[in-house]
Amino acid sequence: MLTLTQESACSVIRMQKLKIKKSMLAHLLPRLTSLTKRGLAGWLVILGAILVTAIIVMTALSPVISPYNPTTLNVGPRISPPSTQFPFGTDDLGRDMFSRVLSGGGIMLQVAILSVIVCLIIGVPLGLFSSYTGGVIDRFFSLIMDSVYAFPGLILAIAFALVLGRGVINMALSIAVVYIPSYFRIIRSQVLSIKETPYVEAANAAGAKKRTILSRYILPNAVPSIAVVATVNFADAILTAAGLTFLGIGMPANITDWGWDLFNGRNLLPSGAWWVITFPGLMIILLALGFTLMGEGLSELLSPKLEE
Amino acid sequence: MTLRTYIISRILLTIPMIFILLTTVFLVMRVLPGDPVMLHFEKMENPEAMATMRIRLGLDKPLWAQYFDYVVGLFSGNLGLSMQDYSPVAQQIFSAFPATLELAICSMIIAVLIGVFLGVESSKAYNKPKDQLIRVFGIVTYAIPVFFLGMLLQIIFGVGLHWLPVGGRIYPSMEPRGLSIPLSVPPGGFITHFLLSSLAGLFLLGVYYFAMVKIKHKKFNRKDYIISLALFVTGWVLWAGIGWYCISNGGLRVATGLFTIDSLLEGNLYKFGLTVKYLFLPSLTLGLVLCGIFIRLTRSNMLETLRLDFVTAAKARGLRESTVTYGYALRNAFLPVLTMMGLQFAMLLGGAVLTETTFSWPGLGRYLVDRINFRDYTAIQGTVVVFGILVSIVSLVIDLLYAYLDPRIRL
Repeated sequence: MLTLTQESACSVIRMQKLKIKKSMLAHLLPRLTSLTKRGLAGWLVILGAILVTAIIVMTALSPVISPYNPTTLNVGPRISPPSTQFPFGTDDLGRDMFSRVLSGGGIMLQVAILSVIVCLIIGVPLGLFSSYTGGVIDRFFSLIMDSVYAFPGLILAIAFALVLGRGVINMALSIAVVYIPSYFRIIRSQVLSIKETPYVEAANAAGAKKRTILSRYILPNAVPSIAVVATVNFADAILTAAGLTFLGIGMPANITDWGWDLFNGRNLLPSGAWWVITFPGLMIILLALGFTLMGEGLSELLSPKLEE
Repeated sequence: MTLRTYIISRILLTIPMIFILLTTVFLVMRVLPGDPVMLHFEKMENPEAMATMRIRLGLDKPLWAQYFDYVVGLFSGNLGLSMQDYSPVAQQIFSAFPATLELAICSMIIAVLIGVFLGVESSKAYNKPKDQLIRVFGIVTYAIPVFFLGMLLQIIFGVGLHWLPVGGRIYPSMEPRGLSIPLSVPPGGFITHFLLSSLAGLFLLGVYYFAMVKIKHKKFNRKDYIISLALFVTGWVLWAGIGWYCISNGGLRVATGLFTIDSLLEGNLYKFGLTVKYLFLPSLTLGLVLCGIFIRLTRSNMLETLRLDFVTAAKARGLRESTVTYGYALRNAFLPVLTMMGLQFAMLLGGAVLTETTFSWPGLGRYLVDRINFRDYTAIQGTVVVFGILVSIVSLVIDLLYAYLDPRIRL
């Protein structure tokens, strides 16, 4: 009798697995390959990806292509407006703004990528574990995550950054603390809806291990929503990193960073030096916009409900 | 679930959330850094000064006692003393709060006005270039760092055009003081004053009667008589009390700390204009950054609502298009916007920290950043806690309001 149920459960699993594979292939691949045929949403993803890639390439190539060393002082006159020699002008220490804009994204990108990785490493397993276990543990974690989620993100990040000190890793950690609840919540809602489906029950009946169920049956279904949260997280991490540096607690002074240029440019505002803030600020917008567009497009592509 | 159980459970859920918040802030600000006093002094080796500060701030006690002091102090409105000058943190926060509140209210109003208007326009022009343009604008607002937008506006309207001031709230000598009513001792003495105060009760009674009978056309029943009696007594006692206070203090001063309202109370329109001038750029900055989410929300809700039968029926009756969209459809699409206002409040406070720093606006965010520069850990802890409690209370109020307005929640 037992073997029979196990046998049937196994066959159900096999069927469901096939179905999943088929459905993933049937739905996901065309969605991601024929992006251009899917209206505005597809174009948003492409445009966002182009923006982000362009900025990453620009930052990576900056040592080769920038006309001056971004940290060398007095390569030109101080606070000089854009000219042919200095296309984006110079700042108060006579550094070339164009070179600074070219290479200033490095730290921001590092912070954003690191924080997303930390969030993925902590938020996703915690969400899976907590919601699949249920009971008191789940309530405990949910309450904590909800409290953190409700808290003003930037202020929490400020508190953490202040305590942890300056630096890329510390900044990434303080930003990660703010966004872990988003992952936790999205995973939790996914797990709660998938947990009751027949194929998970069947796997349970067949005696599959909890870890197997979580990693092979539930996680793949949550991947699209994680991707959407991650792109939003990227954009927010960039803005938060810029904000922390602007407040003077993110990165040490005199590094090449767009956020730091904005912080520095604020003191030069009365002199009307618009070029010191405008170009780094526009770059931050473009980078954050790239990730936002990708997230926007992805969420529209992956959830058919939003389509009209 | 009835409305009452919902309200009770929602309130009960807020209490552990606030406790977790308090504990987190305590852990982050007091335990994680190791020794906040040492950090405050940074590299300066002065053990005596550090020891004095520890004793004065109560940081020499064991951690659990510090935690106890902190939680008990919070309930009595005591946030401890500042490391910088040993002044009470609660008082400083209290005096900085109105500025932030004024900025928050104005920017929320601007965000909702812009967001709802553009959202409605976008949904009316569904999938036309205008719709796409508005949507792109909404997405771009997500990606703009609020302080960058603030500085751009400062450069354009302040430094370039000289139209608007670039920072501060008003000239230091021009602060509006609100309404002042100097009252002398009433001629008939205390008893006449008490009898005259009953007029205030009669006034409240009259207002209630007018509202019920003239406006709602309702007949007075027993409940109404009890309510009107209660109103009469409350009005009497309150007015007598306020009057008594005025007599003993030589005048009644009403000042909210919100400069726009204070200058109006004072009756000084010049000051009012000046306050608005100072307030305009910061709130526009914050409002523009927040409006994206309202555009999206209004748009998607309007798209759903505009397809419903009652909208078609209203159109068929020949009502004007603006009446149909704003009077009929928007009313039904507005509830989610209200909830989003509550959710955005946390975002708003975060943005306020950056905006206040950009515009030198003397509010809570500016205070926080100032204290960060001094490494004043007690003051930072107090401010962060106040921010957190504020957000949880606002979200509680919005949730309750939502439950009251949307009967589906109650079921």
